[in-house]
Amino acid sequence: MSERSIISRGTLVIDIDRCKGCDLCIPACKPGVLAMTTSKRNAGGYLYPELSPGCTACHACALICPDFVFQVWKYDQPVTTTFDDTEDEAA
Amino acid sequence: MNHIVRTDLPPDQPAKLIDDFAPPLILPGAHALCAGCGEPAAMRSVVEIIDEMGLTKRSVAVFGIGCYTMFSWGLDMEVMQALHGRAPSLATGFKRVKPDSIVFTVQGDGDMVNEGLQEVIHSAARGENITCVLLNNGVFGETGGHMTATTVLGQRTKTSLEGRNAATHGYPIRIAEMLAPLEGVAYVARGATNTVGMVWKTRRMLQRAFELQQAKAGFTFVEILTMCPTGWFIETGEAPDYLAEKLASFHEIGVIKDVADSKASEAQTESA
Amino acid sequence: MTVRLLEGSEAIAEAMVAAGCRFFAGYPMTPFTEVLEQMAARLPSVGGVCMNAESELEAVGMTWGAAAAGVRAATGSVGQGLSLMQESLSEMTFARVPAVILNMARGQGDYFQATRGGGHGDYRHIVLAPCDVREAVELVQLAFHLADEWRNPVMFMGDYYLAHVQETVEVKRIDFGPVADKTWALDGSTSGSGNARIVSPIVPTKRGAGVYLNYGQYLETIGERVRLMAEGVTPMVETLYCEDAELVVAAYGTPARIVRYVVSQLRAEGLKVGFVRPITLWPFPEEAVFKATRSARKVVVYELNTGQMFDDIRLAVRDRDIRFIGGVSYDLDGFGIAPALTPNNVALRIRGALNSIPREVA
Repeated sequence: MSERSIISRGTLVIDIDRCKGCDLCIPACKPGVLAMTTSKRNAGGYLYPELSPGCTACHACALICPDFVFQVWKYDQPVTTTFDDTEDEAA
Repeated sequence: MNHIVRTDLPPDQPAKLIDDFAPPLILPGAHALCAGCGEPAAMRSVVEIIDEMGLTKRSVAVFGIGCYTMFSWGLDMEVMQALHGRAPSLATGFKRVKPDSIVFTVQGDGDMVNEGLQEVIHSAARGENITCVLLNNGVFGETGGHMTATTVLGQRTKTSLEGRNAATHGYPIRIAEMLAPLEGVAYVARGATNTVGMVWKTRRMLQRAFELQQAKAGFTFVEILTMCPTGWFIETGEAPDYLAEKLASFHEIGVIKDVADSKASEAQTESA
Repeated sequence: MTVRLLEGSEAIAEAMVAAGCRFFAGYPMTPFTEVLEQMAARLPSVGGVCMNAESELEAVGMTWGAAAAGVRAATGSVGQGLSLMQESLSEMTFARVPAVILNMARGQGDYFQATRGGGHGDYRHIVLAPCDVREAVELVQLAFHLADEWRNPVMFMGDYYLAHVQETVEVKRIDFGPVADKTWALDGSTSGSGNARIVSPIVPTKRGAGVYLNYGQYLETIGERVRLMAEGVTPMVETLYCEDAELVVAAYGTPARIVRYVVSQLRAEGLKVGFVRPITLWPFPEEAVFKATRSARKVVVYELNTGQMFDDIRLAVRDRDIRFIGGVSYDLDGFGIAPALTPNNVALRIRGALNSIPREVA
């Protein structure tokens, strides 16, 4: 059995429908926790970013985003997310 | 691993809002600029710095004509909308009669370096206490991607289809380097919005420029290289590297002039 | 205030300062240059700003910026320099920026430029044309008042003679009554308030303001302003001996002084000649010109050009027989001193027109 924990210092609210799928947030994110969807599209027909655990609230995404898609929050106490990888391996 | 964090609602754990969707001075609503455009990040930086420095209630923006003109309706700031190339003269007249205001222009490269070259040079030479902000993407974006005076050699545009070449199209102009030697100029810097690191650097440049305007030190100038994937005919994801390789190799990033440096070196030579 | 012998340029500058003008920008060009010189000398002493701009384009731009701050601002040039300014003059009008624009013209060839609007788009400027320095001193002050009242540029039509002739004049500040506060003017204070001011020739509203006009709708409102100005600005005209005139001579500006003098002389001889001088070139005193020419069998227009005000006179007099008796006449430098503008010459042309009126053989 393998368990992993990832600490998130922050999180985002993403205004999906304002995104124009430009991809700039992906390389901007230092912890690399943003990834564009591959098939889900927003109301405008664009792919949009999804967040994985590990955000540091550095707000790089907000600074680089041309469409003001991100709202950045910093947790008062870092939040730990635990993954049970055996479930994934089995699946 | 496929654990997606829910991002449609504010967090359910106690948290502090660090960054709202848009800074308070940018009015809500879509701005209709292209996907991957570098200008909104530049506008965001300009207004956030002004707000951080507590200058909002003294500030007036003078907009040129280009894609960024949409922000003249989209900023919660007093605005004078000028004609193509003419923002520096409007800013000059206004600042001369309202010397305690903070006045800055927002102009593109087509606006400032093509149509309005005379205006920015004269305002700089006279040392008008205004800050000119140049959003330089090396093209006329609003008209669909045409060559400007800052388009770099090799860059393809609708009026330089094979790539700009010196024999046919002449050489580009580095406007920041042209303005720096003028004595009325207190500060010249060139930043960009292609990476977050550059955004931070650019914000420091803007801060310095507005500090010097407050100190009535003379003309201040911040050029910001911005992405225009539409005008460059490339994918949005390729634009940051294109900017770094093609534009920034000619229009170099950095602080080109800071009046404090020349004063410091004068003091040094005097004491030597 | 005392009566002094002043050159027109100086008197006009003094009058502008008396009217509260505190910003002036210009580019030297004969015969406008001396107005710029005088303002450069006078304005700093009253806390004003005079800029010797590096081009006419920058001059009008600076004036736009200063006027947007709520300051009484003016610029000027000669017809050719105003041609350079036209994009800004059009767009300043769309932006509803009040300013006074001086044309110290070379001759009278700029009538169309002034009254039809020399720039693109649908707009009008109020145009005032004095005939001498005394009138100029009043009209330039009126110009600032009208500009503020209507939030529209006002053009002051002068020329070489007006600029350089010396007359005895007393420059007194005239009170035309109150104008609305300039609450629209910018000073930074509404930035960040949710209701920031905007001065724009495109559509001067902010997103989310609850008022949304598209560009066409906005330009319609400018057209509406033109209609309101046409009705609300009192047209001014001078008429002389028109009640029983057989021939009425129309002229404007400084050449009209010569024409008026000639008309008086011909009247003294017993000839039934009348004189009409539009003073507001826009709004044009159409009704007054119509009334002044009711008894006339013929109307003639004297101007130093190939016939520009002629069109407006013809429209105004409707069914009267009308003829152009002016012409282009220039000094060798082209600055607008007309060798043809002599009482003898003008008299010859008027007599010729009188003689051509068919008369019954008794």
